[in-house]
Order: sequence, then C-alpha cells, then structure tokens
Amino acid sequence: MFIGHFTERPYQDPKSGYFGATGKSIKDLTVSNDIYDPILGSDLYNRYLDEKIYAEEMGFDGLMLNEHHSSPFCMGSAVNVEASILARITNRAKIVLLGNVLPIWDDPLWLVEQLATIDMISKGRLVSGWVRGTARESVSHNSPPAYNWERFQEAHDFIIKAWTEPGPFRWEGKHYQYRYVNPWVRPYQKPHPPIMLPGVVSRDSIIWAARQRIPYIMLATQLEPTRQSFEVYKETAIEEGYEAGPQNFGYLWKVHVDETEELAEEVARKFVQGPSNPFNAGNEGTANPALNKLPGMTSRRRTLPTAQVATANRGGQLSRSFEDQVSDHTIISGTPKTVIPKIRHVLEYLRPGSVFFWDGDGAMTHDDQMRSLRLMGEEVLPAVREIADELGLDSPFEVDPKTGKKFDAMESGSADEIAATPGD
Amino acid sequence: MAGEISKFEEQEIMIPEGKLQMRIAGEGEPLLLLHGELGFPGWMKYHRTLSEQYRVMAPSHPGYDGSDRLDWAMHVSDLAGVYLQVLDDLELSGIKMVGFSMGGWLAAEMAAMDPGKFSKLVLVGPMGVKPEKGEIYDLFLNVATEFLEESFVDPNLVEEYGIIRPDEPSPEQEESWEVAREQSSRLAWKPFMYNPTLPYLLRRLKTLQTLIISGKQDSIVPLDSLRIYNESIPGSSLSLIDQSGHRPEIEKPEDFLKLVTNFLK
Repeated sequence: MFIGHFTERPYQDPKSGYFGATGKSIKDLTVSNDIYDPILGSDLYNRYLDEKIYAEEMGFDGLMLNEHHSSPFCMGSAVNVEASILARITNRAKIVLLGNVLPIWDDPLWLVEQLATIDMISKGRLVSGWVRGTARESVSHNSPPAYNWERFQEAHDFIIKAWTEPGPFRWEGKHYQYRYVNPWVRPYQKPHPPIMLPGVVSRDSIIWAARQRIPYIMLATQLEPTRQSFEVYKETAIEEGYEAGPQNFGYLWKVHVDETEELAEEVARKFVQGPSNPFNAGNEGTANPALNKLPGMTSRRRTLPTAQVATANRGGQLSRSFEDQVSDHTIISGTPKTVIPKIRHVLEYLRPGSVFFWDGDGAMTHDDQMRSLRLMGEEVLPAVREIADELGLDSPFEVDPKTGKKFDAMESGSADEIAATPGD
Repeated sequence: MAGEISKFEEQEIMIPEGKLQMRIAGEGEPLLLLHGELGFPGWMKYHRTLSEQYRVMAPSHPGYDGSDRLDWAMHVSDLAGVYLQVLDDLELSGIKMVGFSMGGWLAAEMAAMDPGKFSKLVLVGPMGVKPEKGEIYDLFLNVATEFLEESFVDPNLVEEYGIIRPDEPSPEQEESWEVAREQSSRLAWKPFMYNPTLPYLLRRLKTLQTLIISGKQDSIVPLDSLRIYNESIPGSSLSLIDQSGHRPEIEKPEDFLKLVTNFLK
C-alpha cells in the first residue's frame, strides 16, 4: 500500500467576501485576481509546504501536489516550483505530481528539464503524473482544447523519449517540433521516474493508461462509478494480455481525523466551505456552462461512469451536501477508531494499491491539518497498512503494474527501474 | 423548415479524404454561399430569394454538419485550399461568392489565393482580421445559444430567429452546434478568429469587385475589422445595415437582399 497526502492548497481569504458562505456571487472564471493579497498568499504557500514536511514525518509515503490555473481553489499553478522545494526540504517521501497538465505546454522540453531536475535534487523521489486538465487550464494557457488529447499523447511520447534516449535527436511531430533535443539534465531514476495517470472523466484516458500499463488514480469520485470505471481499465488490460491488480489503481478521497467525534465533524464540514467549493449553497456560485462545453475538450460520447457525477460543475461531489458525502464515504471523518473501519470499507470496495488522503482543504486551518496529520501518523496509517496487507493491496512500488510480479522477487535495488519502465 | 426541403437538392461531393455535403437550388450563374462558425443555419429566406436568380451552392464545410472532418486541416486557409480544389474539379470559374462571419473569412482567404477564379465577392460580418479597436466576441467562452442571442439587436423582431435559435433546441441541434464549435476551434482557436497576414494578402484583389456588409450594431465582429478589410481590398465598398447585429441576412433580410442582389447583378 502506498499512502499519500493531498490538499489543493486553497487561497483562503475570508475578508475577500468571496469564500466561506458569505453570499457574494461567484461564477467560475469571473473572480478577478485584483483581490489577491500577496502577504496572505505567501503565508499560505509556506503553510502548505510545512504541512507536507510534517506529513512526511508522520509516515506518509507520498506528498501529492496538483495543478490548476487561474482559480482560487488551488494555488498550485506553478506546481513544479512547489515540487522543487519539496525535493530539497523533505528526505524520504515520494513527490507525486498528479499531475502536470501536458497539453497546455507549448514547449514540453521545459517539462522534461524541470521534472528531471526535481528527480535529481530529490535523489529519485519524483513520481510524475499527467493530466489533460480541466477546461479552465486550456482557457488559462490558451491551449486548443480540440487538440488536447493529441497534444497530451505527443507530449508524453516526447518527454519519455527525451528522458530515455541519448541526445541529440530531432522531433518533428504534429504539435511539437525540435531540431535539437539534448537536455543537460537527465532523470535520477532509470530509465525515468514512475508515472501515474489521475483522472475522472475521459474513457480515452483510462484506456490509454491501461495500454501503457500506467497506474490510474481516480480523483474524488463516488465509489460505485469508480469501481465501474476501474473495470474499463481491467478489460483493456485483458485485451493487452495482462491482468490489472491493486498496483494499477489508486483512489483519492477526503479523509479527516480529529481528537473527538464532535471536533472531527465540525472540522470536516470545512471541506465544503471556503474556496475549495465556491459552488455550494451559501456562496451562490455558478458553474460556467461555457467551460463545461469548451469545444472539443473531451469526447462527448466517450466518457466514464464517474463523469456523469463529476461534470455538473468542477466536480460532482463538491456540489453535494456534506451529509451526502459522509453517507457514501466520499468524506470520511472521525477519530482514528471510527475512521479506520470506514477506510477499510473503501479499500475493500475498490481494492486500490495507492490511496491519497485529501485533507486540510476548504476552510480548514493549519492547526486542523496538523492535528489530523499527527493522528494519522500515530494510529491511522499503521492500521491502514495492516488492512492493506490483509487484503493484498500492493502498491505499484511493490508489484510491477506492467507484469503483476512482485519487485522483491527480482534483483534487489531494481524496483524503481522496473516501476518506471514504460509499457509501450 | 420541413416543407422547404424540396426546394434544394442535396448532393455529396467526394474530396480526397471524405465527402462534402452540398445543397443546390435554382438555375443560372453559380453563387457560392459559405456558412459561419456554427455550420449551415437552415434553408433561410435569403437562400430562397437568391436561388430565384442564381444556382445557389451552399456546402457544409469539412467538419461541419454532414461533411467529413479533414484531420490535416488546421487553419481556415487549409479549407480555402480544399474549396479551390472542389471548384477546380467542378470546372467552375468566374464565380460569385458570399461568405458569412467565419465563412466570410474563408471566402476572403479563397479570393486572396486565387482572385481570378471569382467575379464578385461579398463578405458579411467577416471574421478573419484582427481589429485595432475592440475584440472579436469570444464564442468559445460562451455557449452557442448565448452567442446567437448576442448576434441580434432584437431577437423579438426577427422572423427567422426561432429557426436558428429554437426556444428549446433539440438534442440534434445541440449536437450540431457542438460539432461546429469544435471544428471552428480546430481552425481558429489561436490566434482567435483571425489570420494576422490576411490584410496583406488581400491587397491582391485589385480587380475583384468586393462588397463588405455588416449590421451597424454588430457586437460580434468589431466594425474596425471591416474597416481594415475595406482598406486592404482595393476598390471594395462597405455597407452597414442599421438596426442589425451580426446576422443582417437574418435580422434584416430585405435590406440585405437588396444590397446583395444589386451588387451581384
């Protein structure tokens, strides 16, 4: 079992009047950065880095970061900068980027170089992840949505080649062209950092992940459609001649642990308050229908079961009430004693080899997050590892997602190398 | 609309990578009508009137409506090249051509590539040129119905409004808009709805009589774009139709048809 910690790093500014059920109307992409407070922003960036350091101390295997643009609910637009800092200020945990938005890069050689640099400085702790991004990302960086999927695939192939094949070489693609590819930084991990593919909506993406034998991480979706979507991966794997197991699947969802049941509920309610959820009742937020219909962004027919509950605005769960989310385990909160059996339920239901606990978000304070991280480290993570062992939930760092074989059966020290092998 | 289907004949024209949906009506000189960014709008009054005098040819561009998408075509000038090949194959020359909005841009590209092929050119609220003042309306950051609403001064006064913007669009209509928006975005996402070199290339239209028309209250394409068109095309003229937005052919069909039929004579 691989256990990661995640928060979207929301821009928490109650005085702006926009966040935290203050009644000021929000329509997606209409909040001007005129309200941005640099002092507050600076404090928040540092707070979120501090929390990652503590998450590592408390025993998390992975420190997960994500990337969104032009939006207050996630400050991680320059996610590689945050990852670079983690590379130096942490020591053990993997730095998991779920993920870089490939298609919006007009020059993906920058990505080749930045990620390899993170892998260098962290001494081989980078786990790369690729996403196609939401419509917001394509709009922010003015990347053509109708070519999003083509650019995703071409950028991926280019990055892998630039990481693995000696330069210089030429690349004359449909969307990217280079006459001299010879970056003077190469990944620490050989042949390259392991890759995960996070997603929610696209059937094409999960099939692509299964064909590449890249673990697929479902982001904060309801359990049953998640299981159905994993079936799409499993069916593709069978077509490709291998059997997908827990090592091929990951799941991110909201988990908060606290000292008492009362406090846990009070704090967990903050998941649906604040900038992480500008569309909830009280904030009077409105999804931007033009973003949902950005032309050509995703196939209108080739979506996943999870997409039906995720496209109402920025995420289906997020527009649901706290009670609804608690009732179907998409939010789990409580003391360690009550949280552990609920996590067991999710693990039994989805059988993921990787999980990411989404915490410290919405209107939660630094103290809220630190209490939860401490209790997770003291009680929850050890229990989850035991459950995972009992259920046979191996991570992609224990069992090769390409072959289904345990790494420790192979030559010692080769785990990273094998985990990183692309599944051409 | 159903009763008027018999008024045009639908043909499929084969092009190297697929088929092109073409509607043909009337007798006489060929008149090529090029639709805009949302695809073929339906067989409207202006089609019917023009087909009384001309052999109206109203294709759906590759990637719109029933015409196959050409994956290699990434710019409006690529479609222009495709249409010039089609006209070559049909052995047509001295053609009169009217382009609407993004179809006006397409017509301008075609004319700039091969001015000798055409005898008259009408550009109606053409996209394709970057205005120095104002910006072209961002139809990709607004849904199709909003864009259509924004295209008229007063939809309540427009007889054919319900045809192009039904109160409750059918799923087929919604799908047709999304297909068209996707194709338009493939051709003109960035730069958005213009070709920076087009004004320079249009200088070549020295002998092609050109009329540029727009609604005086067009809130989609700034009048400044039309000014640049007018200054770039030698001998062109610009006519504005009052109390009309971006779709004068639908908002003020009588005024529009009077201008166009006089010019095409």
